[in-house]
Amino acid sequence: MMLEMNTRRALQSHIATPRFETPFHPRIATLSETNDWYAWAGYKAPHSVFDEELEYFAIRSTAALFDISPMVKYRIAGPDAERYLNRLTVRNVAKLGTGRVHYTAWCDDHGHVLDDGTLFRLSADTFRLCCQERHLPWLLDSAIGFDVEIEEETMQIAGLALQGPTSFAVLSKAGFDGIERLKPFQLAEFAHQSGAVTISRTGFTGDLGYELFVSAEAALSLWDRLWTAGQLHGIRAIGYAALNRARIEAGFIVANADFMTAETTLRADRARMPDEIGLDWLVDTEKVNFNGRKAILEARRNQTLKHVLVGLEIEGNIPADGAIVYHRKSREAGLVSAAIWSPLAKRNIAIASLTRPYGTRLTEDLWVEIYALRELQYQKMMKRARIVPRPFIKLDRRAATPPGLF
Amino acid sequence: MKKYDVVMIGGGHNGLVAACYLQRAGLDVLVLEKNDWVGGAATSRELTPGFLYSNCSYVCSLFRPEIMRDLELPKHGLQVIAYEGGAVFTRDGDYIASYRDHDSHRREFARYSKRDAEAYDRYARDVTRQCRFIQPLLMRTAPDPFSFKPRDISELLYLGRKFGEFSAHDMAQTLRFWTMSISDFLDEYFETDVIKAYLALSGIIGTALGPMSPGTAYVLLHHYMGEVDGSVGAWGYARGGMGAVTQALASSFRASGGTIRTGADVARVMTRGGRATGVILANGEEVRGNLVVSNADVKRTFLKLVEEDALPETFIHRVKHFKMRGSSGKLNIALDSLPEFPALPKNSSCIRGDLHFTDSMERMERAYDDWKAGRYSADPFIDMVIPTTLDPTMAPPGKHFMSCFVQYCPPQIEGRDWTDADRDAFADTVVSQIADYSPGFRDRILHMEVRTPREIEAEVGLTEGNIFQGELTFDQLLFNRPVPGYAQYRTPVPGLYLCGSSTHPGGGVMGAPGRNAAAEILRDMKLKPAEMSPAHDVI
Repeated sequence: MMLEMNTRRALQSHIATPRFETPFHPRIATLSETNDWYAWAGYKAPHSVFDEELEYFAIRSTAALFDISPMVKYRIAGPDAERYLNRLTVRNVAKLGTGRVHYTAWCDDHGHVLDDGTLFRLSADTFRLCCQERHLPWLLDSAIGFDVEIEEETMQIAGLALQGPTSFAVLSKAGFDGIERLKPFQLAEFAHQSGAVTISRTGFTGDLGYELFVSAEAALSLWDRLWTAGQLHGIRAIGYAALNRARIEAGFIVANADFMTAETTLRADRARMPDEIGLDWLVDTEKVNFNGRKAILEARRNQTLKHVLVGLEIEGNIPADGAIVYHRKSREAGLVSAAIWSPLAKRNIAIASLTRPYGTRLTEDLWVEIYALRELQYQKMMKRARIVPRPFIKLDRRAATPPGLF
Repeated sequence: MKKYDVVMIGGGHNGLVAACYLQRAGLDVLVLEKNDWVGGAATSRELTPGFLYSNCSYVCSLFRPEIMRDLELPKHGLQVIAYEGGAVFTRDGDYIASYRDHDSHRREFARYSKRDAEAYDRYARDVTRQCRFIQPLLMRTAPDPFSFKPRDISELLYLGRKFGEFSAHDMAQTLRFWTMSISDFLDEYFETDVIKAYLALSGIIGTALGPMSPGTAYVLLHHYMGEVDGSVGAWGYARGGMGAVTQALASSFRASGGTIRTGADVARVMTRGGRATGVILANGEEVRGNLVVSNADVKRTFLKLVEEDALPETFIHRVKHFKMRGSSGKLNIALDSLPEFPALPKNSSCIRGDLHFTDSMERMERAYDDWKAGRYSADPFIDMVIPTTLDPTMAPPGKHFMSCFVQYCPPQIEGRDWTDADRDAFADTVVSQIADYSPGFRDRILHMEVRTPREIEAEVGLTEGNIFQGELTFDQLLFNRPVPGYAQYRTPVPGLYLCGSSTHPGGGVMGAPGRNAAAEILRDMKLKPAEMSPAHDVI
């Protein structure tokens, strides 16, 4: 359906700002000392705000405010919404209660992961799907035969992640009464101005934290409300660099960084099944119908899965991002897609994709080759790598209910 | 009388590419060009003082960078400037643009349909996958499945292996791509008519088919597999017009000792004992050569220049039925000032790209209906560019050169020859279409050159004015181009070769046919090229 002429004309001006600003941009721009921006899905987003290392410590010690508005958001509503989402995604949506959130993934017919994301059940028949890539044609085509409406609402809904030990204290102080009852992966609506804000106890840091969704118009007042309440609780605005460190510690994967989404791959062998990127636990094989089911079960039965995603602990302290993983220092076994020195675990950690049987049958004698460019000279190191479980860190404060007032 | 190692018939871009490689391999090559200038369909001509016209081809993307490097074309003046996107104007006063910036492009499409905006990535990925498959084949001689020579078998295996790298799904997609209509193909991705009309254009350019004709999806692919310095699918302007390509080739050729004779119209290929021994010019002069290479199209070469009794019957039959139908015309316009398009926002980058006015698939197909009836389209589609928005060398400051590629335009009008009055009426359909979107357009025109298939054939020598020396449909590609069994640049006449766009991999200012032909000729002569880069890796 083609949009009406006046609507189209009004949108012509997009070209004047090829990098859109999120609803929170005025506040972040004021706070930004580094002026360090990058493009996230067409939005201007901070890579850092004042100091990426100190920003990381805001996540782990006080409270960090991170703008997630560029996340792609779809609203899925209608009598068949649950049935539709059960067909679309690999996890069982019938088990997702109203007011709950779960992490999930969806696949094409070949069982290749199209994306991962979080699914919010706002009411019995209303959901919000948040993800990295855009999928409207896929979502619409999948809806044929279902009584369901799908709307892309990325621009209309602003999102904030408030993460860190004092995040609960900040929200309490800001007057979100009842926030203390929110358990991990639970969401609730709270009054904000004349409208509402949806707050879920979710996040991408493995720490105590929340995500807040509000209409774009109410974004700045929400920011101010949190900022004012957070003054005595060490609230800081952060950029992606700091968040990325926290998410690696938490063992979370990022689409098109740790795996390639099926619709963006040019090379046929780059797509991955859930079992190949550590998402096998999401797949509910008891569900009779979901897209990719047959292919996934067949691959499991015939043992044709080719890859496996693992957490690595690497000796030493030099981050190994982009490094090749070897078996017995000689045979190529895979690739490191994310790596940091973890301040919380005091370990050199990494997320890696290995070619089976490395990482499944052959788990010993793994090495990574690190090329460290130091003053225009590569220092080449072969370091021992050990497969360890993810997450690399586990924080009791993440799940405690009511959360601690730090 | 001097006898050359190689006599090249025609100084188009492929003829010059082949001539350069052959001369650099140590042969003594003579290029014979009937016009007083070289370039064929890649020329820049000063038809009115101060203005250079890219009067046939007008944009550059397909020309292989390997050839530019081998023949040192940058040193001889070739520079290609990438341009940004473009736009289609809609009849309701809006436009839809394409932008290099991924997110701007998506937002532009989202003005029309959010779904189509998000579908574009999948479309682009599928097209790119197919391009990656085809690109390496451009710089290889097509295997001859009729031959059992080890080389042909190994090339067939290479093709098979390339195919093997594909998933079964991709393979199915390839077969569909090579046979579908561009309209059906786009329907699988998009819902908005104007978006489809915009993208479909590349599927019918230079082809006597409509967007709903099977086989047109491949033509689109052909236009996507070029690049500007590694930016795959990008198009650019040759600085100084398309003649800059052939001028650089001619300069490179002369620098390596080659000879060019302009004003030398070849009338016949001489044979003795069934073997080509040279050519006879229109003025009766004989020019002798050990080998003769024809840059002319396959029809012109075998139906006009070679005695029919020297050729096998089936071959002649196939040549006669090789589809090379005239379908397009061209307007080249000198403008007093940059035209205004009120629909575009101020400072829009679209003015520097390609502009169109056909905003629906139906209009495009109707335009083709006119062609089938032997008429030029009453409502033609125009691919319009103003290279002077990026290239300061083609017109005086503030003035502009505009190139309008126009389709459809038949080789004859309802079965009779074109007249000057027909030509002027044809031009008016174009000018009035532009003027509908650009007030005062007519007043800016300082000079205009109008080219129907009649003019293109008469000047450039392309049969029916077909810009590709034969349509790019699957039945006329790979080992079927131009004739099965003769797809490796050799012909039934020993000593006579083809090197133009009638041969694999086909038309567009690509240079690959000329380069591949030179490789085969050198192989027959047991000579090694001085430098001939293999196709760049597609990794």
